[in-house]
Amino acid sequence: MLIDPKSLDTEMVDEHAERAALREREARRIALRDQIMSYLEPIAPFILGSFGFILFLLIWQAIHIGISEIPSPAFTFNAAVGLFSDPFYSNGPNDQGIGWNILSSLRRVALGFGFAAVIGIPAGFAIGRFKLFGAMTSPIINLLRPVSPLAWLPIGLLLFKAANPAAIWCIFICSIWPMVINTAVGVSKIPEDYTNIARVLNLSEWKVFTKILFPATLPYMLTGVRLSIGTAWLVIVAAEMLTGGVGIGFWLWDEWNNLKVENIIIAIFVIGIVGLLLEHCMITIAKRFSYE
Amino acid sequence: MSNPQNSRYLLIEDVQQVFKTKKGPFVALKDINLSVKKGEFITLIGHSGCGKSTLLNLIAGLTMPTDGRLICAGREIAGPGPSRAVVFQNHSLLPWLSCYENVYLGVERVFAHEESKKQLGERTEAAMALVGLTHAQHKMPHEVSGGMKQRVGIARALAMEPQVLLLDEPFGALDALTRANLQDELMRIMAAKNSTAIMVTHDVDEAVLLSDRIVMMTNGPAAKIGEILSIELDRPRDRVAMANNQNYQDYRTAVIDFLYRKQGNPALKSA
Repeated sequence: MLIDPKSLDTEMVDEHAERAALREREARRIALRDQIMSYLEPIAPFILGSFGFILFLLIWQAIHIGISEIPSPAFTFNAAVGLFSDPFYSNGPNDQGIGWNILSSLRRVALGFGFAAVIGIPAGFAIGRFKLFGAMTSPIINLLRPVSPLAWLPIGLLLFKAANPAAIWCIFICSIWPMVINTAVGVSKIPEDYTNIARVLNLSEWKVFTKILFPATLPYMLTGVRLSIGTAWLVIVAAEMLTGGVGIGFWLWDEWNNLKVENIIIAIFVIGIVGLLLEHCMITIAKRFSYE
Repeated sequence: MSNPQNSRYLLIEDVQQVFKTKKGPFVALKDINLSVKKGEFITLIGHSGCGKSTLLNLIAGLTMPTDGRLICAGREIAGPGPSRAVVFQNHSLLPWLSCYENVYLGVERVFAHEESKKQLGERTEAAMALVGLTHAQHKMPHEVSGGMKQRVGIARALAMEPQVLLLDEPFGALDALTRANLQDELMRIMAAKNSTAIMVTHDVDEAVLLSDRIVMMTNGPAAKIGEILSIELDRPRDRVAMANNQNYQDYRTAVIDFLYRKQGNPALKSA
């Protein structure tokens, strides 16, 4: 085989140039990719989230095609627009706008939760601070805590002779446990450093409470409050289904009786969004009170 | 110092401390006897786990001895109190109060019944100035450096004008430069106030530089006072001059000899 040495030479030069060009292209490709990624990275969760949501709507649509009783996303959306165009109408106690229903439910949650906080947080402090009290109450708390709050509904009806206070009573029962337990844990977890300061300074019980106990426990307490609000919002829907009256839970059940499935789906979304907002509010407050 | 109560201001008599553990009783301290003069600066030195901090907690009144007794200014120590202020190892500032408020909390506790709010504020500011923190007094603890936090801890203790100042490895967590600065400041403050102080440390130079007497403890369990070394160096002591002072070097050697030859590091021995 005869090879012209000159041609070999040019071939090698060509190969070099080609490789360099390849490398350059590769480098440019990587640079471009990095640049795109730097734009994409902050909005990636949003894009992926939207993608997931669209996928969810497609599956929903597919279910609608298979089971015609389930309304399509578009139909449900139109129904929602209709509902929210006049959320605060009132045609008597059994026909009120969705806004009123949401507000009624929130009012019950606020009341039940408020009473639970007023009783539960001081009880948590007492249980955490005084071992005797803690040992005394812990068996009964552990026994009652796993019971569904709805099991307490008949007792509420018996005590208050009315549906509305009985629903609030359920909220009270389900909200109180996380607040009692988290506050008590917070008190018992106060670093020894802080209690030693209290002892060396020989602070009065009131000063110990305001300057050490309360601020040190606050983050735990707020965790309890957050869990309570979450559970309360879960329970109110079920409680209202049983007790009736104005409220998102009852409204949902009423729409089932009217066979307006699109409204049931709307109610599910509304309950979810309100729950999300409540949770978000609590996290914002908790952040405000975290130290270091 | 002719008053017997001044020459035996703090008395520790036959103190023994036993802790209950899952493996049975653990004797931390045994046969501790010590008498401290008013205005004296004492350091407790020894290897980790020898019960230095246990002894300091007993003097503070945070724990009670299982046997023996501790007497301060003629009265038996029955519990903690502001007359025996403690500077804790990890500063122990309350993170939700500003540096000023942390000090004010102590001042208020001790002087509120006899002084106006204005006077309490002045006391707090004076204490902050004493440790050189006037410029940072309204910052929160997490906004200042470790050395500054420790200074606030010292200011809080000093502002209460305690009969005895107790310091539990107060500079242990600090870098060497900050530590030297704070040691110098502490010497200056102690000279100005003529306070009695007991400090736990494991730093030989710190012990020799600051102390009137060094109490050297044997290794636990059942730790005892091994030797007591009187440091007869003139005050004020200058750390630079001390580097060339033969007496200083001899004291230093004596402490190191006790710690590393006579008592050997228990952790190294078992390794």
